[in-house]
Amino acid sequence: MFGSIDPALLLAALMVNSVPIMLAATGELVTEKAGVLNLGVEGMMIMGAMCGFATAVVTGSPLLGFLGGALGALALSLVFGVLTQLLLTNQVATGLALTLFGLGLSSLIGQGYVGIKPPATGKLDLGPLAEIPFLGRALFAHDWMVYVSILLVAGVWWMLTHSRAGLILRAVGESHEAAHALGYKVTRIRFLAILFGGAMAGLGGAYISLVRVPQWTDGITAGAGWIALAIVVFASWRPWRVLAGAYLFGGVTVLQLNLQAAGSAIPVQYLSMAPYLITILVLVIMSSGRGKAALNAPACLGQNFHASR
Amino acid sequence: MLRLEKRPSPSAFWQKASPFLAVILTMIAGGIMFWILGKNPVEAIRTIFWDPLFNAQFASYSRPQLLVKAAPLILIAIGLSLGFRAGVWNIGAEGQYIMGAIFGAAAGLAVYPVESRLIFPAMLMAGALGGWLWAMIPAVLKTVFRTNEILVSLLLVYVAQNILAMMALGALRNPDGGGFPGSRNLSQIPAMANPEMVAGTGMHWGVVAAFMAVIAGHVLLQRHLLGFQIKLAGQAPRAARFAGVSPARLVIFCLGVSGLLAGLAGVFEVTGPAGQISIDFASGYGFTAIIVAFLGRLNPVGILFAGLLMALTYIGGELAQFMLSLPSAAIQAFQGMLLFFLLATDILTNYRIRLSQREAA
Repeated sequence: MFGSIDPALLLAALMVNSVPIMLAATGELVTEKAGVLNLGVEGMMIMGAMCGFATAVVTGSPLLGFLGGALGALALSLVFGVLTQLLLTNQVATGLALTLFGLGLSSLIGQGYVGIKPPATGKLDLGPLAEIPFLGRALFAHDWMVYVSILLVAGVWWMLTHSRAGLILRAVGESHEAAHALGYKVTRIRFLAILFGGAMAGLGGAYISLVRVPQWTDGITAGAGWIALAIVVFASWRPWRVLAGAYLFGGVTVLQLNLQAAGSAIPVQYLSMAPYLITILVLVIMSSGRGKAALNAPACLGQNFHASR
Repeated sequence: MLRLEKRPSPSAFWQKASPFLAVILTMIAGGIMFWILGKNPVEAIRTIFWDPLFNAQFASYSRPQLLVKAAPLILIAIGLSLGFRAGVWNIGAEGQYIMGAIFGAAAGLAVYPVESRLIFPAMLMAGALGGWLWAMIPAVLKTVFRTNEILVSLLLVYVAQNILAMMALGALRNPDGGGFPGSRNLSQIPAMANPEMVAGTGMHWGVVAAFMAVIAGHVLLQRHLLGFQIKLAGQAPRAARFAGVSPARLVIFCLGVSGLLAGLAGVFEVTGPAGQISIDFASGYGFTAIIVAFLGRLNPVGILFAGLLMALTYIGGELAQFMLSLPSAAIQAFQGMLLFFLLATDILTNYRIRLSQREAA
């Protein structure tokens, strides 16, 4: 059953497949560390996928495409920020609204783009590294976005654990009252975290429509945003574990796609539902482990802050 | 400088008025969106909200559709609203709706071609069971393992969609259908059909059930201890715990009821308006019902009207698609926008907006 699958190609596909969820989950991690639960990741990702695709097709530049995707999703996260931070709406409901709205709007804008091929995103030339027999093909023959995404995870890790800005961000997420009393602008910091989360989800979405698929269809993200949200829980709010989680799910997705292509005896639908079922399974394991994942959640996650004084 | 000041108690006026304000704001914002799309905004809004009811040419077809489309929305939204009030977020009603339809259809088709009056009620029970079981997955995981019910219930929608495809192509496929996907047409089998009761009204058993759910929801919330506990758990979780309200019981109850109602909605749909299990059976009612629940302010009577209004945007949207070639996705974006404005105008209920001198905020 596995005979026709080349392990080097499998590993290479795994890296490509995990990029969108890795980017979106890293962004959401920062947002949640600031104490904001944005359930609109799916909506922001699909807006990123649409805007990124449209920008890349119009300008012919994948780089501008990724930028456009990030900006499109950032605009949507701005709506979320205004609603939850200034108008103090319920974060769960607003996140859902973001997803419903994003799915509709992206399909509306996307009508003229069905069936077009986007400009190809260039491979990063890593010279001799790509010549290494097995690892070269598996790890060092990708487009530049794969490496950028790993750098972004590293950057977020450094920012959260080694910088003053990260310390303040975490303080706001753990206790907004205390942070406010110390003179930090809770609302402003949260706003920035929401926008960062939006831009990252947009990059992830743009990667789906520009590299992974690459074309535009309605509902192209197919739940990737929800899986990204689950990965943040799986990672118990630690950046490097997001990387691990994204690779795990990238691996499951690649494996099931390869099994489908190889004509496995297992019905296609069982294979397609595997990533979602495994996400649920992992969520269960993580949240049951003596409440460890829950303990590591930012204390003010999902709570609104209104400075009365 | 605008400043928000918390009201000592929620404003009764804005609690009632904010949904209306939200609808008006959505019409304005939607009009702008239609204008950007190159359509006449006034004509577009009129086509969506007025013509389905009062246009001499279309109303005869559109009016019955109002109840047909509103029934599943109301049925599902009533269930969801109970959970939303208690802080139990079931957003996977779409999956429960699909599983209800599959269970119901499977129960009926299992005894085909037996003719009996008992078949339809049995299908309803099977469908309710299917929706209930599907909702019990997040409920049990939540109570036993503290797993987030939002993510689990939503992820299960994708699983249910795959099961639906599997059923339409496999187990439930019409053996006399020449190999095409999709089950037998249940609405044409007398023992299983859920027909229009009075010609030209759109009234079917699902509509009756939706009205009953509204009444039951109202009684539960206003007159029953459990309803009080649901409201208490949502507004003051700590107080609820001290008062002896078991959070686990509430999770099981809220998810169970919403799953059961969503499952019922699925059976009514598959035996009536949709007619068969097919790959594209899932039409998003489970997600739109979330908007309906909020538009109705999580209040059963409010949900009744919200469901009718939302059904109107569906029918009006189809009409606008046909008359003005307005893309169907525009309606979806329009509905999403409505939820934004609803949540935003809610601030008027709990806060006063005051003009003030700038101060250290």
